[in-house]
Amino acid sequence: MASNTSDLRSPLARVRGLGSAKDGTEHWWGQRLSAMALVPLTIWFVFGVIRHLGADYTAFHAWMKSPFSAVMMILTAVVTFHHAHSGLQVVIEDYVHVEWQKLALLIAVKFLSFALAAACVLAVAKIFIGA
Amino acid sequence: MVEFNLPANSKVGVGKTINVANGAKRAKSFKIYRWSPDDGQNPRVDTYIVDLDKFGPMILDAIIYIKNQVDSTLTFRRSCREGICGSCAMNIDGTNTLACLKAIEDVKGDVAIYPLPHMPVVKDLVPDLKHIYAQLASIKPWLQTQSPAPSRERLQSPEDRAKLDGLYECILCFCCSTSCPSYWWNGDRYLGPSILLQAYRWIADSRDEMTGERLDNLEDPFRLYRCHTIMNCTKACPKGLNPAKAIAEIKKLMVARR
Repeated sequence: MASNTSDLRSPLARVRGLGSAKDGTEHWWGQRLSAMALVPLTIWFVFGVIRHLGADYTAFHAWMKSPFSAVMMILTAVVTFHHAHSGLQVVIEDYVHVEWQKLALLIAVKFLSFALAAACVLAVAKIFIGA
Repeated sequence: MVEFNLPANSKVGVGKTINVANGAKRAKSFKIYRWSPDDGQNPRVDTYIVDLDKFGPMILDAIIYIKNQVDSTLTFRRSCREGICGSCAMNIDGTNTLACLKAIEDVKGDVAIYPLPHMPVVKDLVPDLKHIYAQLASIKPWLQTQSPAPSRERLQSPEDRAKLDGLYECILCFCCSTSCPSYWWNGDRYLGPSILLQAYRWIADSRDEMTGERLDNLEDPFRLYRCHTIMNCTKACPKGLNPAKAIAEIKKLMVARR
């Protein structure tokens, strides 16, 4: 909080700034909901993988091909990347204070999350539809 | 990025040592942060070795003794010396607290005293509170109504009055806000625990008619949502209040009104 002596605005003008963004609750609530959803999803995923330790390709393929597994896997991937994206956004907003770096990182994290989620969904869909 | 390396002129050096204990039975060292805007020097830590039998039991008694008897240039704020004015908030033994409520015997070894963390320093232990006072003003900490002023007091039930307990006791010492890492990194836009507790004090007041507008003003990724429930605020509060809970209540209302 370096005080800038060339800034002659009053302290209140600086605090009021551009006003409230009227935003943030959606993001905060979404982060909580995705965290809640990830509890059962992660447990299912971890146990699913442990159950297939040492299994061959066909056994794993058959497991992923069942409608229940496919839906759970898609949900796990989408919710994980949604949650990771919201979390990383907060970390970047907290710690990166150079405007162009912040913007570049926020965009990169958003694009990467969407790309990875799409790749996961496509992989599961490909198995499910029967490649 | 976060500035992990301080600018060269904020490196804290070792200052002078003044021993006025003269072989006293109960001698104790006070290591106090000193900085003056007038001499162009870096900050330093001066050591005062004093006789505990010469003054009262609190940290404030010690620094008043040092100012009066040892070194009159030592600068700090104090007024009520009983924990109700909030003036003598400082970082003592690594924790933000009120010098008047902190007993010397609770500090093992030397007593380190610094100004409240991450605030601009005016001199020695006096932080610049301009910005945080402006933040307080921005949440309009007074009763606001739409209906015409009544001819007598505005009534409040004992139950509704009880909702202000744990909020009205705040003395605005800012021990909480200056202990909050989120406030350190983003204090220019994040309001911090003390101001958000004050905001909730008026949101929770049954006589206030501007609750929605108050929530509108707070609904912002930075003003409110930089709180990550670190809880340093609640741990630091010398009055035993819970700013983290007040912030959580505001977040609950934000969801409730969606």
